[in-house]
Amino acid sequence: MADAPLLELRAITKRFPGVLANDNVNFDLRRGEVHALLGENGAGKSTLMNILYGLYTPDIGEILLDGKHIDLGSTKAAIEHGIGMVHQHFMLIPVMTVAENIVLATEPRQMGVLLDYDAARKRVRELSGRYGLAVDPDARIDRITVGQQQRVEILKALYRGAEILILDEPTAVLTPQEAKELFEIIRSLKSQGKSIIFISHKLNEVLDIADRITTLRRGVVVDTIPAAGATEEGLARMMVGREVLLRVDKHASTPGAPLLQVEDLRVIDDRGLEAVRDVSFEVRGGEIVGLAGVDANGQSELIDAIAGLRRPASGRIVVDGHDLTHANAKQALDAGVGHIPEDRHRRGLVLPFSLTENIALHGYRTPPNSRHGFLNAGAMVSRARRLLEEFDVRGGQPSTPAGALSGGNQQKVVLAREIDGDPKVLIAAQPTRGLDVGAIEFVHRRLVEQRDAGRAVLLVSLELEEILSLSDRILVIYEGRIVGEFPPTTTEEELGFAMTGGKREEAA
Amino acid sequence: MSDHDQEVTSEEAGPTGTEPSPQQHFRSRFGGLSGTIAPVITTVIAFLMGGLVVLFTGKNPLKVYHAVFNGTGINWFFHVGNHHARVPFSTHKMWFPWDTGSIAAGNLQQTLLLTTPIILTALALAFAFRCGLFNIGGQGQYTAGTIFAVWLGSSFIHMNPFLHVMLCLIAGTLAGAAWAGIAGILKATVGAHEVISTIMLNWIAYWVGSYLFGEGGPLQGSQPSIPISNDIADGAKLPVFWGIALLQGLSIGIFIAIGILVVYWILINRTTLGFEVRAVGFNPEAARYGGVSVARNYFLAMAISGAFAGLAGALDITGWEYRIGENDIQASSIGFIGLAAALLGRNTALGVGVASLLFGALINGTSGRQLDPSIFRPDLAGNLTTIIQGLVILFVGLNLGGIGLWLKKRRRPGRRLDGAPQGAEAPALPAPERET
Repeated sequence: MADAPLLELRAITKRFPGVLANDNVNFDLRRGEVHALLGENGAGKSTLMNILYGLYTPDIGEILLDGKHIDLGSTKAAIEHGIGMVHQHFMLIPVMTVAENIVLATEPRQMGVLLDYDAARKRVRELSGRYGLAVDPDARIDRITVGQQQRVEILKALYRGAEILILDEPTAVLTPQEAKELFEIIRSLKSQGKSIIFISHKLNEVLDIADRITTLRRGVVVDTIPAAGATEEGLARMMVGREVLLRVDKHASTPGAPLLQVEDLRVIDDRGLEAVRDVSFEVRGGEIVGLAGVDANGQSELIDAIAGLRRPASGRIVVDGHDLTHANAKQALDAGVGHIPEDRHRRGLVLPFSLTENIALHGYRTPPNSRHGFLNAGAMVSRARRLLEEFDVRGGQPSTPAGALSGGNQQKVVLAREIDGDPKVLIAAQPTRGLDVGAIEFVHRRLVEQRDAGRAVLLVSLELEEILSLSDRILVIYEGRIVGEFPPTTTEEELGFAMTGGKREEAA
Repeated sequence: MSDHDQEVTSEEAGPTGTEPSPQQHFRSRFGGLSGTIAPVITTVIAFLMGGLVVLFTGKNPLKVYHAVFNGTGINWFFHVGNHHARVPFSTHKMWFPWDTGSIAAGNLQQTLLLTTPIILTALALAFAFRCGLFNIGGQGQYTAGTIFAVWLGSSFIHMNPFLHVMLCLIAGTLAGAAWAGIAGILKATVGAHEVISTIMLNWIAYWVGSYLFGEGGPLQGSQPSIPISNDIADGAKLPVFWGIALLQGLSIGIFIAIGILVVYWILINRTTLGFEVRAVGFNPEAARYGGVSVARNYFLAMAISGAFAGLAGALDITGWEYRIGENDIQASSIGFIGLAAALLGRNTALGVGVASLLFGALINGTSGRQLDPSIFRPDLAGNLTTIIQGLVILFVGLNLGGIGLWLKKRRRPGRRLDGAPQGAEAPALPAPERET
């Protein structure tokens, strides 16, 4: 590991108006290693990588490849120097095939103008065989899974001769299984001499895959350390700059009366299929019930039904004694159902709206926010100001558009709004998706606070760790049915087994 | 691009204060002004290209534009002197800095008469736009308004004048609302696209109007073989406060239109209805999650839009037209001029007001009777307006904000060639704008 670095970024400084995104950053990459770049959202990881990929030019600093100074004025130059990048959001053309996407812009041709599709397919087969990236060259991009799309992106970079691969938050869009497969691919690439920069804010992943770890905080390199011997706690401290509680600190619950009762609920999904099948459960005041399950096993439809966003086919939903089976979203809100939606961009926020308006999205109909159909801007702004302060939302005034905030701060806005509505039942769907450790800690603490305030919390999450650390009781949903109830002392293996339909006498 | 590329996530845009994206730089540098800069650039380019067309005809564009400007009557404001003016609705005279009887004064009256319906048909587009709907049916809604105003205005001859004119205005407004409401209901219930349904409703209004006032039609006037309605009763006419009613003087309709601009601003920015409409316009799914009925808002937004256009029709009838003929219905394009004004004015109250005045002035300034044939052929002059109007729509569609960003990118080689969400910066149709 002591050989000369293949790539070196020296004293990179990049300033944006009002912000120092990278401050004298040094970073190097050795041949055949996986070097992780760790940092919170907004720490400057993407800026640094965009500089390396030729998207930004640094204000100060230089880049050396094999000890020689190189100029990266464009992505084209970066690609010519063997640098490839797989973005978090893929740059693929959905209606074209895998092979077409991979060879795009450098396609093999017949008679100078026609695409030589057979040659393209052959090249793709060759590459995917060599690196163990199984894809069907003839499949259309919009028909394959996200995990496969990511492989296509990697192949695209390899096709263009990448020796250095930048993977920007590659697991953010993957299921746990797909992530595992990706790690296999990364190991195989590494064994064939490729060098990889792995950007992430997930500690366990970084420890799993990386050889060395560089942590960035607010544009500055905190340290570069070997992965061997590093701990999650130590990395979290470097990343956030203070002690972070990775485990949720909470007392035993003291459940009260049932606030949410669901009886024999059946819900039909958009395709007309039965997504929720005869589900019955209850959540008491003062407890967090975790609903664990693999994605798309009826969780979304169940939440929608409780929140009044989807009419159940049969069964009953009762919130604190009120029958909400046939309620619409407004009636559910009024009856005290708070809902942190799983997708804050699609549902939770109106991104062009100001924070004031987003916070007013619940409660704009009633005094003091409005009277006789006229909004009271003063009351709305002061409520927003109070909540932004109370929930420590950073980077925004009440007048800032929600779209300008970071993901973690956006989630805090949603959380603030839902909690301020004084709900009896709080549904938290994927409440920490895409957040970094600091924000996750904050959200978890707030959810436990809600429990301790006597509210019924239904936590729906794909992250088993989250379910296990927060829940007082755990329900497992599989193909629309509740297939088991577990205490929080259960193991991930046991839950995982139930989540995939494993038949077993549950411990309850 | 995959689904992921469709939405601009904040992670991508960079959290505020740490890693702003180039888009954010652009906004932070030009943000306060970009709302007005783009329409101004749009207008300037449109006029320059219009000037090129004039040049091709062998005339001097500067002279032509000067003549057009004088034809608008806006030059009236520049001729300050010692004059006397009649106090409206009385026989008294008072000192006034401008000559209210000059030719320029007459031109200005014409400009403002034209501006009145443009403001309202522009609002018809703007309001629906705020709800995420493209109401292209302003023309048909305007026609519905004119039909009802003429019909009721030429009936009930002996009605109380104030009640009569109010009846005409309210009926015209409701007719426009109902006409657009049909598209609204279709959108809300079965999801019929409002662009298609309003275009079809335009044609229905066109032919119904042609039938009603055409030869043998039920609303054709008492003179046989002339396809024009009867005049509305004197009591149904809006008071003319400047100029002579018989010579198309200026009625108080312009103040009603300006008042409606204020109503529009309040409705959008200060009411729960406007809040819901904007929420649905930006993100229907988030609105639904917030307990807003999306279907109800689609209907209401269309109906209110139509009400603006219907009122435009009623104001034209009661303000200066007083009658309508088959020809008028077929030749009118005021709904489409309103569309251009709304796009140029970015759907804000102030923007719509200014853009409407621009188009009102342009139409009047280029109308045949205003121009000296030695400066520009009068029969071509009207086309100049159409060219400028067309270019404005084209450029607004292009989104000059996006062009600015592109130019900035050019200056720094290699920046953002990855094609990160283009859609976010240059939508095919201009996205609903925030009120300023």
